[in-house]
Parts: sequence; C-alpha cells; structure tokens
Amino acid sequence: MILNMGPQHPSTHGVLRVLLEIDGETVVRIMPDIGFLHTGIEKTCEAKFYQQVVPLTDRIDYLCPMTNNLCYVLAVEKLLGLEIPPKAQWLRVLLNELTRINSHLVWLGTHALDIGAMTVFLYCFREREDILRIFEMASGQRMMTSYFRVGGIALEPPLGFFERVREFAGRFPEKVDEYENLLTGNPIWMMRTKGVARITAEDAIALGATGPTLRGSGVDFDLRRDMPYSGYENFKFKVPVAQEGDVFARYMCRVRELRESIEIVRQALDGMPEGPVKADAPGVVLPDREKMKTQMEALIYHFKIITEGFAVPAGEVYQAVESPRGEMGYYIVSDGTAKPYRVHMRAACFANLQTLPKMCEGGLLADVVAAIGSIDIVLGEIDR
Amino acid sequence: MPLVPAITDLEQLKGHPAVARLLAWNRAAVVEVKFDREEMTICVDRGNIREACAVLRDDAECAFNFLSDVTCVDWYPAEPRFEVIYHLLSIPKKERVRLKVRLDSASPAVESLTSLWPGANYFEREVFDLFGIRFTGHPYMRRILMPEDWEGHPLRKDYPVEGYR
Repeated sequence: MILNMGPQHPSTHGVLRVLLEIDGETVVRIMPDIGFLHTGIEKTCEAKFYQQVVPLTDRIDYLCPMTNNLCYVLAVEKLLGLEIPPKAQWLRVLLNELTRINSHLVWLGTHALDIGAMTVFLYCFREREDILRIFEMASGQRMMTSYFRVGGIALEPPLGFFERVREFAGRFPEKVDEYENLLTGNPIWMMRTKGVARITAEDAIALGATGPTLRGSGVDFDLRRDMPYSGYENFKFKVPVAQEGDVFARYMCRVRELRESIEIVRQALDGMPEGPVKADAPGVVLPDREKMKTQMEALIYHFKIITEGFAVPAGEVYQAVESPRGEMGYYIVSDGTAKPYRVHMRAACFANLQTLPKMCEGGLLADVVAAIGSIDIVLGEIDR
Repeated sequence: MPLVPAITDLEQLKGHPAVARLLAWNRAAVVEVKFDREEMTICVDRGNIREACAVLRDDAECAFNFLSDVTCVDWYPAEPRFEVIYHLLSIPKKERVRLKVRLDSASPAVESLTSLWPGANYFEREVFDLFGIRFTGHPYMRRILMPEDWEGHPLRKDYPVEGYR
C-alpha cells in the first residue's frame, strides 16, 4: 500500500512530505518529497548588498539564526581578509552556544512529543523562553536576530546582559537533569528509541550526514574542535559520541551536547576579553551613531555603505561551521562588486534527510516518526 | 588574516597532497590549480571528474572520504558558461579541497558522483533543478525544489529575479 504522510503532518516538523510504501506495518520503501518551502533565497542574495544578506540568513534556519549569521559573516570576512577583535569573537561563540541549546531544546521537546512524552515539551519550552529573552535583550528580536555584522557584531550588549546569561548558565544544568529524569531511564522511551532506525558509520559518511546524526553512529568529528573557527580553539569541551547509531544514540549525543554547550558559555563569560566589538575597517563596518553625528568622515562612510555597499575583492570561499544539525556551509563567489555573484548554502539537514530511507526501510511504520525526529530536520533550511 | 595574492603556479603547488596525487594519476586531467584564501581549488577536465574523486577518496594519503557539497556557478555570457563545484572533506586528515569542472552551455552534462557517494543524489538533483546541468548515471534526475512542471532554471543568470510570470 502507498501511504502519503504530510506535507501537513505534525510530526514532519514543517512541510515535509513522505511517500511510504508499506506492507502491513512494515515500511518497504520511503521517499521524502521536499521543496514546499522553497523561497529562492540563493537567488535573492545575488540582488542584495553583502550586508543586506545577513537578515536573509536568519530565515534559512529559524531555530539557529545566530549560527547562520556567523557562517555568512565569517565567509565574507574571509573574502575581505578582515581581522575581528577578540571580544566580538567570544561574544559570537557565547551566542552561538546559546543558539545551539535553544535549537536542541526545540528538538528535544518536539521529538519527545512525537513519540508521546508530552511533559518534556513543556519543560523544554520553559528554558527556551529564557534564551529567547536573552536574545531579545541583546538584539531586540527573539528569533530573527540578525545580530552579527560583517566585521563584528551590531552593538555592544546592553548593561546586565552578562549577569543574565550567567544566571541562566548557573541553573541550566539541573534542568537538563530534569529532562533526563523524564526520558533517559524511562522504559517506554527506551523501547521506542533503542535499536530503532539504525545507521552505520559507513552509510552515514557515504550519505553525507553530519552533526549528531554522524556522531550518533560513532564518527568522532566536530568542526568546532577539528577545524576551529571564530576562536573555538580557546575553549575546552568534549565532543559527545555514541556508537549504536540508533535513535537513542542520537538522543544521547544531543543531550550531552546541551551540557557541553553551557560549559562553553560559562568559559566565554569567564574569559570575555575587553575591547571593541567591531573591526577597524571604516569602509566596511558602519560607524558608531555618535561619531556619525559629530564627524564628517564617519557620516560619509555611513552614507556610502548604506547606499552603495562595500566592494569585496574577487574570489571564492567555502566556510563551514558546526550548526546544531551538522555542517552548515556557505560558498560565496565574489566578482569584485558590492553584491555577491553567487551565494550557496550547504544545509546540514538537506544531506541528513538522505539517511531517512536507510534508517526506515524494513522497520515499522510507527518508527518513521521517531526516525524523522531523530534527524532533527528544519524545512526552512532544506528548501531554502 | 590580510589578503595575499592567489597562487596559480602548478610548480609551487604540487607539494599539496591532493594535487600531487592527481598529477601522479593523470597529468592531463588537471586543468588548473589555485590556492587562494587558504583554500585549494583544482580544476579537473570534465571527463575525468568521477575518477579523480575516486582517486582522492581511496588514497590513504589524502583520504577525502566525505562529499560536503555540490553546487554550480553560472558565468553567463562567458564560455565555458558553467562551473560545477565539488567540496570534498577528509574526516581523518581534517582537510578540504575544492574540485571544479567547466561546462559549456551547448552540452551542460557531467558524470554523476552517486556511484561513489550516494549522498551526492540530492545535491546533484538540486543543481539540475536550479541550473539545468545533467548528471549522467544519476538514478533519479528529477526536479527537487521547484515544482515538477516549472519552466526554466531559476539560478541561471539569464533568469530574471522576479521570475518569468
């Protein structure tokens, strides 16, 4: 029998359509159908100035906007050959790890909800709310933050920001204990996840899986540690790896990542360097408001950046960062003008979704929901 | 890191493991090399891309065992018009390399990598959908992001930003 699941289905986390060929309760063939959320962001980028692309990057993956911001600005900074002050780098790391926690909380809540554990969802969204308030405090926005700029970050965080993050970092680990109390040893949870939707390390690599989907199969690879960017080499953290390659292994990887991320946040708070948050590059970075109103030079630069952008030397770069879902990569080609010639986003879930048939074929129909949840897909990123 | 001029001289770059391996395998397949902004780009002859990737994947020195990304750039109206870009990653060596194939607008087709990495499937379908490049040997060469009945390939440079309709 052919069964059509989605595009409007609560457990597909967006508009994913899955075509299932089933024999009784067993899945014979599974085919994801994507593209329902395609908005042509890559084409739009070609018509914008470099600084105007930043708000578009938020909208690709709306659960980890800062990671996308970071990846894009790192790529443009690499094209420009721009040096970023240490404080901006550390703030970026801090906010990125909060974003990772935010994204993992949404994943954990909805994944548990799919399998039937309602309570976890309410617990996770309670902490997520705290993180969104921290984002709002810094950037003025809860979700579409657009807080990073080419050459630094938009504004110095407001007074009381660091205290608030410290307070959150202090109480978050015991919240993770709460989630684990509800799930990790829970017999129903283990029956629904252990041994379900297995994938081997060879298959995961061949299919282009990254992030927890790859590490859940025993491949110890994390871009933050292995190919560091934005000052990650200054932080000490463990990369959680699990060997089994099933839903439970991927769950354990992400839950342990929650603890590691909050540890990185704490290190970033303790070692936050002093200094400016923007690079000294007047032609690229917008001047401070105060200077713009008192200095002629600054006003001219401001006018020029806003009206005609800044030219980027011709060339091409590929910059990848470890997003909560895996390798997020931006490939940017510049032809020497103020608008990118080509922007390509390598979306982690786009490749991760290809593992779905390997995981589900031969399994039970009810496990498809668990498998989709364990890949942690965001359709905005898949379809762009 | 301030910008330094790109190195395009093959003699200077042949110490790079990926370049050395490809030169040892087939000197004629390497069309052009470039080292710019700490990234290595090797332009490969269009008929040899699949074997070149296989050589880099299976060689113990390079071990580029992971295909990160496949994409394309349209240089309209220049010829050869299309550049298909492959980003390879070596998980054991923690290295990246970029391979390129140039295709003219008359016959934009290149061999598919799905036999080496099944994960190339979606990426190649996306390039086909948005640029109209055909990948020979691909198991399911259909549109992936745009609707089945869409006309044209939206990421081509002669396709208007507002679309045709």
